[in-house]
Amino acid sequence: MERNTMSYKARQFLMFAGPALILFCMVIIIPFVYGLYLTFTSWDGVSATKPFVGLANYVSAFKDYYFWSSIGRTLIYSAFAVVFVNIVAFVLAYLVTSGVKGQNFFRAGFFIPNLIGGIVLGYVWKFVFNRAFVAVGEAITAGAVPSLLSTTGGAMFCLILVSVWQYAGYMMLIYVAGFMSVPDSLKEAAMIDGCTPGQAMRNVTIPLMRSSFVTCLFLSITRCFMVYDVNLSLTKGEPFNSSVLAAMHVYNKAFIYKDYGTGQAEALILFIVCAIIGITQVYVGKKGEVSA
Amino acid sequence: MTANEKAARKKKINHVITIIVLILLFLLFIAPFILVVINVFKVKADINMDPLALVGAHGFTWQNFPEAMKKMDFWNVFKNSAVITTCATILTILVSAMASFVIVRNGKWKACSILFALMIASMVIPFQVLMVPLVSVYGGIFKILNSRLTLILMHTGFSVSMATFMFHGAIKTNIPLELEEAALIDGCTRWQTFWKIVFPLLKPTIATVAIIDAMAFWNDYLLPSLVLGEKNLYTIPIATQAFYGTYSTDIGLVMAALLLAMLPILILYLFLQKYIVAGVTSGAVKG
Repeated sequence: MERNTMSYKARQFLMFAGPALILFCMVIIIPFVYGLYLTFTSWDGVSATKPFVGLANYVSAFKDYYFWSSIGRTLIYSAFAVVFVNIVAFVLAYLVTSGVKGQNFFRAGFFIPNLIGGIVLGYVWKFVFNRAFVAVGEAITAGAVPSLLSTTGGAMFCLILVSVWQYAGYMMLIYVAGFMSVPDSLKEAAMIDGCTPGQAMRNVTIPLMRSSFVTCLFLSITRCFMVYDVNLSLTKGEPFNSSVLAAMHVYNKAFIYKDYGTGQAEALILFIVCAIIGITQVYVGKKGEVSA
Repeated sequence: MTANEKAARKKKINHVITIIVLILLFLLFIAPFILVVINVFKVKADINMDPLALVGAHGFTWQNFPEAMKKMDFWNVFKNSAVITTCATILTILVSAMASFVIVRNGKWKACSILFALMIASMVIPFQVLMVPLVSVYGGIFKILNSRLTLILMHTGFSVSMATFMFHGAIKTNIPLELEEAALIDGCTRWQTFWKIVFPLLKPTIATVAIIDAMAFWNDYLLPSLVLGEKNLYTIPIATQAFYGTYSTDIGLVMAALLLAMLPILILYLFLQKYIVAGVTSGAVKG
């Protein structure tokens, strides 16, 4: 029969999956493999030759103080941002599923920051921090007030605040789906058995929403870890490079300092760190999942 | 007062409190946008004097808009963003839907299972790992950067895995095999079956993928900034960044540029918010 021949299969496969296969290989597989190769060379981005240097790039990546301090900073930033994003998102989701009038309007409203790219959001907030906050501060203290963005701790605080504001609406939608997947009858049964609303929430609703928490945590961890746009437009790493997060460090290393090999090696290390954290989180989270 | 009335009253009070809290939170959420809107109609001196005043001392002005539009080359930039987003979204949908069809229906073929496994695995790779080799291969060796087409193909390549994964789920669960068998008996080829029977049935997933990818393409900064170096090719995020770099002291113009950068998608959201919220939710929960 014709349909079992190798050439029929190959034709069918290429006809349907060919375009996707080509684009996927061109943009992801080839660069990924080529990127691995680049980490063993010292390429400056211009010269035609790419001298082979063995593991030297990894050694210099491990010795790069600024790389590790940017990773440390990213860990701190991510920890705060992830916790607050999820708290705010959960509270918002609770409020917009409580059955009040106009809850769809509020859902749509809280989602607005997600519509706009990080670059634009960063500049909007830069204006808010540099002008509006300063104006309020000066009105209260009746003296000159420095912008939060110009102080070392302040810039990181601003980054966290903007990220919470940016992602909370998105995570809220996932928590809303989680809330709606818990049947009312279960909560009512718990209340009839004498639970207070708080106990019903803690012992019935939240355990059943575990998969929403796993999804939201995974999404917020991976997004925060790789954040670049807002970092670039809001703080640009300043003041004194005190707010350079890991993704920005990798970008600068490769494209500004033209140290492509080390930059690529650091990008790979960053990816591995992020993947380990993300996968551990999902693994731990899924283990304790319960169903109704 | 009976216990019932008491409970009803308590519920009502709770509702009112919830609504008040929600309104306050909502105002807090959109406060940055409101600040941009009230300052965009002021002259520079008024913004510097009091960014919080509703109307500046010099009164209301439109002049920030035409000037920012001209300096940002707004219509050209808008056109670039629109063309790139539209083409890349359509291409992603066509290419991924086709691939997922052969992958679902012929899952036993080696090529299909390998491709699908690679796609799933690739979804965890962040862009930062690929950006240096991407620039060095397509800029250094092939020299095809600075082209809209290159960016469209790259956008598509990056989103093909996720889209294929979503179409894979939709075909597997929602499209009955009997339908395709009937088409085959009626004389359709596989190609015709896909376009005439399967593809039209994928509409809900097409909408979800279109919304998620179009928003991602429209707002993406890093990839376009690496691919598009020429000013006449800039998309909205790159143009905003370039504009800020040049005119950051002219704060009235910056306000106008930021508002212009946000307006297109906000206007779209006004009309499509139901679909966008639904699409994003189903995309996130599946992903």
